[in-house]
Formats: sequence, C-alpha cells, structure tokens
Amino acid sequence: MGKSKFPDPHEVETIPGTEGWERMYPYQYQFVTDDPEREQYEKESFWFYDGLHYPEPLYPFDTIWDEAWYLSLSQFSHRIFSIPPVKGVDHRMKNGYVYISPVAITDPKEIEGRVAHFMERAGYYYENWNELEAKWEEKMKKTIAELEAVEIAPLPDLEDISIVTEGIGESSGYQLLKNYDTVIDLGIRCWQYHFEFLNLGYAAYVTFMGHCQKIWPDIPLQRITQMISGIEVIMYRPDEELRNLARKAVELEIVDSLKSSTSFSEVKATLEHMDAGKQWLEALEKVRYPWFHVSTGTGWFHHDRSWNDDLDVPLGSICTYAEKLLAGKSIDRPIEAVRAERDRITSEYRGLIDNDEDLAAFDQLLATAKTVFPYVENHLFYVEHWFHSIFWNKIREVGAIMKEHGFIDDVEDIWLLKRSEIKDALWDLVTAWATGVKPRGPKVWPPEIEWRKGVMEKFKQWTPPPALGPPPEVIQEPFTIVLWGVTNESLANWAELSEADGDVRIIKGFAASPGTVEGKARVCRTVKEIGELEEGEILVAPTTSPSWAPAFVKIKACVTDVGGVMSHAAIVCREYGVPAIVGTGSATKIIKSGQMIRVNGSTGEVELL
Amino acid sequence: MNATQAPFVCDFRDCNRNSIELVGGKCASLGELINAGIRVPPGFAVTTEGFFDFVGGAGIQDAIYQELTDLSGDDTVKLKAASNKIRSMIEAAEFSTELEDQIGECYRVLSVRCNVPAVPVAVRSSATAEDLPGASFAGQQDTYLWIRGIEDVLDHTKKCFSSLFSTRAIAYRIRMDFEHSAVAISVGIQKMVNSYAAGVMFTINPTSGDRSMILINSSFGFGEAVVSGEVTPDVFMINKVSLDLVERIITTKEVAYIVDHETHSSKRVDLPAERQNIQSIVDEEIAELARMGKIIEKHYGAPMDIEWAVDNDMAAGGNIFILQARPETVWANKKSKPVAVGNKTAMDHILSSVMEGVKMK
Repeated sequence: MGKSKFPDPHEVETIPGTEGWERMYPYQYQFVTDDPEREQYEKESFWFYDGLHYPEPLYPFDTIWDEAWYLSLSQFSHRIFSIPPVKGVDHRMKNGYVYISPVAITDPKEIEGRVAHFMERAGYYYENWNELEAKWEEKMKKTIAELEAVEIAPLPDLEDISIVTEGIGESSGYQLLKNYDTVIDLGIRCWQYHFEFLNLGYAAYVTFMGHCQKIWPDIPLQRITQMISGIEVIMYRPDEELRNLARKAVELEIVDSLKSSTSFSEVKATLEHMDAGKQWLEALEKVRYPWFHVSTGTGWFHHDRSWNDDLDVPLGSICTYAEKLLAGKSIDRPIEAVRAERDRITSEYRGLIDNDEDLAAFDQLLATAKTVFPYVENHLFYVEHWFHSIFWNKIREVGAIMKEHGFIDDVEDIWLLKRSEIKDALWDLVTAWATGVKPRGPKVWPPEIEWRKGVMEKFKQWTPPPALGPPPEVIQEPFTIVLWGVTNESLANWAELSEADGDVRIIKGFAASPGTVEGKARVCRTVKEIGELEEGEILVAPTTSPSWAPAFVKIKACVTDVGGVMSHAAIVCREYGVPAIVGTGSATKIIKSGQMIRVNGSTGEVELL
Repeated sequence: MNATQAPFVCDFRDCNRNSIELVGGKCASLGELINAGIRVPPGFAVTTEGFFDFVGGAGIQDAIYQELTDLSGDDTVKLKAASNKIRSMIEAAEFSTELEDQIGECYRVLSVRCNVPAVPVAVRSSATAEDLPGASFAGQQDTYLWIRGIEDVLDHTKKCFSSLFSTRAIAYRIRMDFEHSAVAISVGIQKMVNSYAAGVMFTINPTSGDRSMILINSSFGFGEAVVSGEVTPDVFMINKVSLDLVERIITTKEVAYIVDHETHSSKRVDLPAERQNIQSIVDEEIAELARMGKIIEKHYGAPMDIEWAVDNDMAAGGNIFILQARPETVWANKKSKPVAVGNKTAMDHILSSVMEGVKMK
C-alpha cells in the first residue's frame, strides 16, 4: 500500500451555495451515505479524478459521453472480452468533477474461469484485426450518415398536407421526440464502437511496454512509444489538408488576400472576385467534408467547435503555413526523419537483447503494437471529431426549438440540462403544442438554468482532489496504466501538488519528448490564441489536438495540463524533435505568458525561472 | 632487430587483442581502443620479448629461477625473502644497449608528439594474464606515475619487471601451479593525462543491470579520488540509445588529486569552497564520453567498465581520453535470464501482462 493518502470520498464537502447540485447529474454518480453496503464499497475503492478528459467540471448535457464510455469501456473488458482480472471502470462525481475507479476481480477461481474466454475472444480480434477494423470503419461511416440524415424540424402551426395525402399518420411533435431519441441513440451507439478495439489496443501497448521495461528497467516510456511512431494515420489528414491549401495559395499567389483579414467571411468575399481565389475556394470546399469536421478541442465538450463551425481557425492555420512557405521554409511533416529515427532506436534496443526468447517476444509484441496503433489514433477522428462535430449541432437545433417555445433563453443554455431532462421538456413542449395550451417548462427551466450557471461557476473555482480513498496494491486495468498513467510516482506527485499551494518553482508531468530548452512561455487556452505565438516560444496549453498543428512549426517546446505519452502533443513534439511535458495538471494555471521557463522533456520537469 | 624476431618495443597503435602475449592485457587493450577510434593517451609498450632480453642479457635468469625452486606457497617468510632478493637483482641489473636505445628512442618520439619536453609518463606493468575476463589480477602489479626523463623511465621499467616477482604474485603462481619461467611481463609507458576532471564510466546501469543505460562518475583532478572513494563523485545517467542525460546528481567534492610538479607525483588538495558544488564536466563532455562508451562496448561486445579523464592542457574536442577499459564483471557473471518465459504467442504475452498488472508498492 502506498504512502500516498487521499481523502475519504464521503468527507469531501459540497461547496456552499451549490447544495442540491447532485440533481444536475445521473443519480448513480453520487457518493452515498444512505446505503451502508454501497458506502462501504465506495470507501474501500480508490477513485482518481479524470483530469485527463475533464480539465473542467462537466456540464449536465456533456455528461452523455461520460455515461457512454462508463458503459462501453466496462462492457468490453468485463462482459465481452472477459479480461480475466478486470471488470469495468466505475464512475462517480463530486462537485461536477468525474472520479473513476478500476474494478478488479480478486477471486483467483473466477479469474481462472475467464482465461479461456479471453484467449478465444481477444485472440479472435487480434488475429482478424485488419478485417474487423475495416468493418468498423463501415459501421462508423454508416452511423455518421444516419446522424446527418436526422432532421430536427420546428413544429408547424398546421401540419403539412402531405401528412394527410400520404397517409403518414405521425405528427411533427412525435417526429421531434423520436428524432431527439435517435440523435442520442446514435451518440451512444457510436461510443459502443469507440471501445470495440480500444481496450485490446491498450492491452497490446501495456504488454509491449511491460516487456521493454522488464528488459530495460530504466527505459523512458517515450522511447518505447517512439518505436511505434511514424505510422500514417488519418487523424493527421485534416492538418495535411491545411498544408495542401497553403501550398495551393502560394502557387496561386493569393497569400496576401488570405491574410487580408482574420475573418473567413471577409476573406471569402475578397477571393470570390478573383479567378485564382475562386479556384482556391473550390479546393477548400472539396476537403471540408469530412476533413474539416475537426474539433478545435478534444471534441468531448459542446464548446469545442469544429473547423466547419468556425472557418477562421483553419484560415489562421493556413496563413501560418503559407508564411512559412513564403519565407522559404519547409512545412512538410518530417515523417521520413521520424521513421529513420524510429528504426535506429528500435534496432539499437533490439541489439541489446541477449537471448532468443526475449528477442522473439520483442518482435511479436512490437508487431502487435504497430497493428493496433492506427485504430488507437483513428477512432478519435471518427468519433470525437467527425461524429461529435455533427452531433453538437443537432442538439443545438433542438435547443433552437426549445428557445422558440420559451423553454430556454439561449440556445447554449441547453447544455445545462441533462439529456433526460431535455426529453422531459420536449414531452412538455410537444404535448402543449399538440393540445394548444401553455407548456409548464418556460416557468421551470430558465430559473433552474440560472441557478445551475451559478453552480458551474463555483465548481470551476474549486480544485478537485487528485484522488480519493486508498490506492490499490496492483492495477491491471489497461486504460488506467497507459492512458491515465497511474503509478506510485504519479500518485506521489498528485499528493505533493495538492498540498503545495503558493510558491511553485517546479511543475512535474510526463516526460513526453526529450531535450531541454529555456524560453519564453506563451499560454494559449484555446486554439484561437495560437496566432499570438511567436517563433521560438514555449507553448503552454490545456491540451492540444490536430487543430493545434500549426503551432508546432513555431515553438521550441510544449507543456500541457492534460495528456499522456501517447497524446497528440507528445506524438507531434517527438516528430518535430522539440521537448514536451504533458499531463502536468496545472501548467496553464501556474505559468504566465512571457515568463521564462526551462522545460526538461527527459525528466518531465518544468522549472519556472 | 630483425624482421622475424618479435620486437622489444611496440607503439600502442600497433597493439591489438592478438598481441596480449607480447604486450600484456593492458597495452593490448589500449591498442584495441585506438584501432576502434577511441582516444587514449599515446604511448608504447616494452614487450615481453624485451623482458626476456633484459633478464637474459643481464645474466640473472638462472639466479632468479634458482631462488624459486622448492618454494612453498604457505611459507610467507621464505616467499618474502625470495621476492626481495629477486627484485633487488632485477632493479640492479643493466639493460642491453639495444633495448635501452629502443626505449630511449620511443620516449623521445613520444615527447615530441606530445609537445612536452621529457613528457611525464605513467609506467605500469601490463601482465599477460591480467585483465582477462574472469581472472582479474588488478592491483597485483605496479604503476608509477609522473615519471619524467629517460633515466627515470628506465628505472621504473625495471621496477615494473620486478613486480612479476612480488610475494603475492609468486604465491599465486605456486597455488595455481603456473610455471614461473613461462610467465612474462610487459611495461606500458604512456603520457600522463593532466586531468582537469576524471572518473569512471559503466556502459550498463550497475544498479539495475539495464544495458540501455550508461553511468558516469566524475570528479575534479585525477581519477584516484573517484576510484579510491575519497570523494562522492558527480553522477550522470545517460540513455545509451538516445544519448539523453536522464539523471544528474551534483555532489560536494571536497578534495582532488592534482599534479605536484616538484615531486612529479599527484597530491591531494582541498578544493576551494566555490568549486566544490560545481558540475565537474560539462554536458558536451558527458555526451562525448557516452558516445565513446558506446563505441568501446560495441568493440568488445559486452558492457564495459571504463576509466577516463579530461586533459587540462589540450584543446576542447580532443581532450577527453580513455585510460582503461575492461568488461564489467558484476552483471556479466549473472547469466541473463529471459524475462519472457514460457510464452509462445503474442496472446500468451498479453495474457501474462494483464494478469500481472502494474504493482503499486
């Protein structure tokens, strides 16, 4: 048992003025004291704050993805692939923040009984990985097409005559209820697929990493991940399209017009008057679907808008690339160099293995890790970016109808309601519309939303403890190991950071890309702020995604709050050979723009100078 | 010297692992390093052939082996008496003119090459059985440092010859049933590095046995302070594959050994307070050492234990010297066990891995 001690979840206090916050989230997410058995279980379990996915408290509606992965990750580990010592990952919430707990199977007989199933089922997926992955892509594309086809239509005063002449027999009110359900259902379905391969992908990583760490106890994680780098994945395609558009703009000599405004609509107006401009706009239109269905954040939150929602973002990035080109610099991703370095590192490590058994295992496991890699990256594009970008806008369409009927004051208020509450409100709305009476909602929801906004503000001010309850002696759950990087060391760091407030000189994170540099920090909270980055500065960001790619051609190091050694910032920094530290938890809160910092990407320490 | 006869002297650059019988392990190993592209202080060997010429030419051969007959390994009094007598004989004997000329000429050429008149050298014995894997005699033969001028070089060469007949060496041969007359000794004569900083390097993490790591211990002055344990050296851990410096511990180094130009020897000095906590070598030197370590290991095909120094007088870039390299013995003797036992397929490995999990101690 570790030295690290974390509070009992039942002793974490509710923030004054937020009493009753629990109703904003599903009831099973509460830590309870009115059920002795459940309370005991919660007390004995180890819960850690999922800061990796939720740097901020969750809006009630956005909880949908948490519920979706609560179900999906757990079912694949426990009920589908029967990973022998692992059940699922349990979830709770405290003051708007999500806490999760890997659930282990402790009875040796039960574990033993699951082995044969695991070997058969997981074995089938690993063996048929490529065919099943191709099938997966088809399922995802179909799901996205279904989502795009869902129509969220306003309710007419009088139904169209076609309802009568075609004998449809259903009203727009019923359609609205049904289509809302369809959108939600497609979202849940898409998250079913999200984990179809992911648990096994991570298990393959864990196994390869474990093998390397046994042979070389001191090998840095980033060196292991480097051995599976340089594999082409579609997650990088959107950024590649931006580079192509920059190349085309240079070729057509219209870079000055692109730079004439930061507003895409103004630039578009200018370009439409020029032949070259029209040509370029055509090229842009061609790649927007699907490649601009890319979130400017992680895609997990309603406020992460996509490039298609806000074309100013890709425009800024295209301009950054075009300027580089005009300055005579290359904007090609150094993919060949990455592969050469990957091969060099792999063969050097391989050369250090002095027995045939370990060598054979190394080769097998490296091959497996390389097989799973594309899925582990690409699912993000399909689910979090492409699907989500469309999904959020469908829900906004629902919000527009609710606003029209006075249920909410602003479309963006819809995020303060749980999805079940939206369904309730839509029933209220539709029945009142059908009946020709006033719905009750307009008096119920606006004051509740006002109160919830205040609660959200208070949640944001609160710092969630990094973990709750007693750490376990062993963790077997693959995500907990690879994705959240829960180790003795990280627990100790969390404990330390939660105790130290005030004068912080050193911030620790995961060493993600090697090297040490000193430089001026630039804190960018959103991708819109990367325009302020100057050549040679150090980017400090909550997290990065492919939308942030243009930043990486300018910076000399990167520090993020959230992410592991396989996160976007880590992978891209290793490609460009600039130091990176990820998953610091708090860099954007502690570091100020303009401050001089030293980043040691080999040890994972950021020093404030 | 004619072409068919083995030479009495041999430049390190002409030594290699096949010349152990002629120049001993230490000099052969230096030659190996030079041929592999590793910078070592220049020098030459007086060969075992030179040793035989010496004892033969001086006519003391029979007298020596006479002393050694019927000795018992347990009779320390008699052993010591015999050793003293033989060593006096050797140290009082004269070199043949030819051998003396050849050593003198080599020394003159070395001084010219180092740009130092009567260059200070280390004179050390290079035994033919020493430094071989599994049979470490380290410390059983003599080393004389800061020897300057041809007279002193010749005198100390004789002292090294005589170390073949130390009490311990004689007792060891009796115990192992080695023929006294079959063993010979070579002497290495090598430019002294006027070290600014020095230490040891392992091309393995000696604590964990991780072969992907390089450990460097470093302190100011000569390496004696590090080897003898008189200072706690700076510690640098380097990733062998990426050459990243992954760990750096800067210690308080209170003393150093530096050259005493009056006595031509090293002397212990207290370091001034302001130097004690400074990193003893710069990062570029750490990287250069690690690169050399990789070449040395590749050359020998095994993790190595290396002594090195940074020269005070020479220009940066050409001033890091490797003083000694030998196979690391602690981990080499532990037969490496596969970590993946009994697993045949990737699925077997994955199953073992999820069953094992990650321990939280």
